[in-house]
Parts: sequence; structure tokens; C-alpha cells
Amino acid sequence: MALEVQGLTAGYGPVTVLRGLGFRAEAGRITCLMGRNGVGKSTFLKALMGLIPVGTGTITLDGVALQGLPAHQVPKRGLAYVPQGRRLFGPLTVAENLAVGGLVRGNDPAVLERVLDLFPRLRDRLAQVAGTLSGGEQQMLAIARALCLEPKVLLLDEPTEGLQPSIIALIQEAVVVLKGQGVAVVLVEQRVDAVLRLADRVAFMVAGRVEEVRDTRGLAADDPAFRTYVGV
Amino acid sequence: MRRNGLRVWALHLALLAVLASAQFWLSPYLATNLARIMVLAVFAMGYNLAFGYTGLLSLGHALLLAAGMYAAGLPALLWGWSAGPAFIAGLAGGGLVAAVLGLLALRTAGVSFMIVTLMFAQAGFLTLLYFAPVTRGNDGFAVAAASRSFLGFDLSTDTPRFLAAFAIFATGLLVSLALMRSPFGRTMIAMRENEERSRMLGYNPFTVKLAALTLSGLYAGAAGAAYALLFGYVGASFATIQYSILPMLYVLMGGAGTTLGPFLGALLMFALVEAATGLTTAHQFIIGAALVALVLFAPKGILGTVRERWAKWLP
Repeated sequence: MALEVQGLTAGYGPVTVLRGLGFRAEAGRITCLMGRNGVGKSTFLKALMGLIPVGTGTITLDGVALQGLPAHQVPKRGLAYVPQGRRLFGPLTVAENLAVGGLVRGNDPAVLERVLDLFPRLRDRLAQVAGTLSGGEQQMLAIARALCLEPKVLLLDEPTEGLQPSIIALIQEAVVVLKGQGVAVVLVEQRVDAVLRLADRVAFMVAGRVEEVRDTRGLAADDPAFRTYVGV
Repeated sequence: MRRNGLRVWALHLALLAVLASAQFWLSPYLATNLARIMVLAVFAMGYNLAFGYTGLLSLGHALLLAAGMYAAGLPALLWGWSAGPAFIAGLAGGGLVAAVLGLLALRTAGVSFMIVTLMFAQAGFLTLLYFAPVTRGNDGFAVAAASRSFLGFDLSTDTPRFLAAFAIFATGLLVSLALMRSPFGRTMIAMRENEERSRMLGYNPFTVKLAALTLSGLYAGAAGAAYALLFGYVGASFATIQYSILPMLYVLMGGAGTTLGPFLGALLMFALVEAATGLTTAHQFIIGAALVALVLFAPKGILGTVRERWAKWLP
């Protein structure tokens, strides 16, 4: 299984953000997207999900074209997206949020069990209103809800931003378990230590394109690539 | 969760029990008023499905009320239909007009949706006036007594009228509660909370909102038909903007996105109007002041505030 992107252009109205972007994510691997602010990382994830119109180029999952599909069709083809800022359905309980997440897939109880095994903390809070969860729990729920779609590819946009270290560790563990389950994880992450610990590959973005792809084996924290592309 | 479910059903059934018994301890005048409130509450429940749960702020619900009213009233007037078929025609009329309205108006959102629904409602009102030879325009018409009977009961008399209003209200309330506890109800709330996020979970916002608006139209149609058949009058005044704003006020007062809020809002607003009218000719001022106070001190409406502060289990 592979998500393939070739020559992708996309943007907002007259402003082109992605300029001929190429990218590949494979099952059971974590691919990190890194780059300075404004290079188009979040825009790329939105374009993959059909949330912004794509100009030219192709997006295929297992050879099936995704570009041009209405946004609500994309999750049914195997992509799930956890954007920045969590965006839960605040007045609904944890259980209801998960049920809304899995409805288009028929709410299989086995899937829900697997998701709750990944985030046991949520199991104790099923009846709690989502808006009253801590920031870390909300992020877990946002990821768990996306996983109820049984995605082949999981897109995570800075999932640990602003969270305390113990919660970050839990989320990172879950991401590694998902990788083991064969999910292709695409992770936008700015912290070098997290990237080196989690990722199999890093795609460095510059001005709306993937400029360089590096395997994390043999990549050190002081590698010039980080300074060049991320500025750290 | 299970305990909350029992508590919720118990609360709703207790309210229905109190309302069912009200005809025995209220004066005929008050019982008739309560029947009217229950019918208007059904209208408000429908509005609540669209606005309170799905986030569709419509200014065109008078069109849906009038659609139900005329779809029930005109066959009764022209062809002598009895109450049963006329009511079903009203229900269908409200739902059908809501579906057509949705197909057109849901291409817009937010303020534009509000304006477009208002525009369609005004067009509906003017259509009723334009076709006055059939609709009787502003004067309206009375529904004949022969058309106001159901299974041998004369709906123009106190007890059958009250019981019919109660039956429609109870059905509306329980359906609304069941809906909100169903997956589709949660989808409606998800749509209200974050449309883009819902789309990312595989929902088509247009389809969900269209279904919600059509359901809302069925409620409005039922209320319009019930009003025509129980109170015997059909008129174009029910298609004016006032009847688009009333359900919004009921819902805002009682609590948007709560199952019991529309009834509470309709009841309190009705009582407030009655009390204010008895006090002064400037009764609109008192009502306005009450609404301003509500917005200032309980912006989520009465039951919305109760739910937020004390009873999170309230649906």
C-alpha cells in the first residue's frame, strides 16, 4: 500500500502554495514532513483530504486517484486527518465522538475496542463531555476518532504541540503501535528529537515542494539538513 | 450512561404525564391555551432540529408552517377532506416544501442562508396573497366543522382538541428525543459544531443538513396542519415573518439544542405575552426587556443554562 503524490499544485484562490509537490508514504512507515512556517505542510494535508481544490498533479492510494473527489469521500477511501487544534465535537461525550467518527464505517465494536486499547485513558472517560477533557485527552480523542475510520493512511498535523511530556509519550507510543499495525503515518512535526525517535523518513519542504527526502537511519540531530530546511 | 438514559426518559415521560392530566385541573380557557402552546411547541421543536441541533439559522420557517397549514386546510375547504388525510397532507406539505427550500437555500450558509430563507418565506407569503381567489388571502378561511372530525371525535370541542394537540406534541417530543440519541442526531450536532471536521469524517454536509431541514419541515407542517384542524382557521398571516421569528424566540428562550427547550420557551413566551398584555398596551416593551435580560444572563436559554451549570445529562 502506498500513497503517491506527483506534481501537486494547490492553494487558496489566486495564491498557489503547493508547487509541483511529490511525495510518497508507505504502509507501516512513519513519514515526517518538516519545513519552516509557511512552506505548505498543513496545506498539503488539506489538499490530500480534498479540503482545498487541487490544480494539477495526481494523488493516488494503491493506484486509485483521489484528487478531485469531494472531501467527504476521501475518508471512505482510507485517509484520516487529525488537524491542528483538535476540533472535537465539544458538547458530545467521548463515546459519542467516537461513534460519530466510526459511523460511516458502520461503527464496528471490534474497531472501537482496538482504538480504546490504544488509548486506555479514554475508556475511563467514555461518558465525559469531550469539551471538559484535558488538552492531552482531547488530542487522544481526536486521534482515536480518526482511527474509527480504520484508515490506511493517517495524517497528523503537529499532534503533540502544546502538550505535557507524559502525554506526548503516550501519543508517540500510539503512533508507533499504528505503524506496527500497517498504517502509513504522515506526521507534521517540528521537533527534531521526536522526528528522529519516531520517523522512518523525513520529507523536507521548501516553498510548496518536497526538496529532499532522508532516511532517519544515519540522520543525526545536528545534521545540516535540519538547519537548512527547518532553521534549528 | 445507562442511568442518564433512564433519567432522561423519565423526565420526558413525567412532563407528558403532567400535560396529559392538565385538562382535568385547568379551566377550559387555559386548557385551550395549553393545546395551542403544545401545537406551537411542535413548530418550535422543528425549528430546534434545524437551528438548535444542526446550526441552520433560518428566517423562513413561516413558509413551512404555512405549507402545512394550507396543505391541510385547502383540501378540507375545497374537497371536504376529513382531519386524518388533511393532517397527513399538511405533514407532507411541510416536509416537501422544506426539502425544496433546502435544495436551493443550502447552497448558501450563515447570513446568506438566513437571507435566502427569509426571501423564500416572503415569496411564499406573497404567493398566498396573489392567489387569493383560492387561498382567501389575508382574510383566510375557516375550516368546516365536517373536516374537523377524527375517528368520530369533534376536534373543535375542548377535550378531543386537547387530546389531539397532546398526541401530536407527545409524538413530536419523543421522536425528537429518540432522534437526538440516535447516530443521525449526533451527526446533526457534529455538523453544527464543526462542518469541516464532519466532512473529514466522511459526512456530506449538504445531505445531513438537507435531511435535518426536511425533518424540521415535517414538524412545522404537522404544527401548521394541527393548528388549522384544531383551531379551525387558515390565514396568510401565518406566513409572515412574525411566524419565522416566533419559533426562534421560543427556542432561544427555552434553550437551543435541548429537547424540552422549545416547549418551555413557547410556554413562557405565551405566559409572558398574556401577562404583559394585561398590564399595559406597551406589552412588546416588556417582552423585549425580558428577552434582553435572557440574552444577558442566560445566553444559552433557560434549559441550556441549566444543562451547563447543573444537569449535564439533560438532552
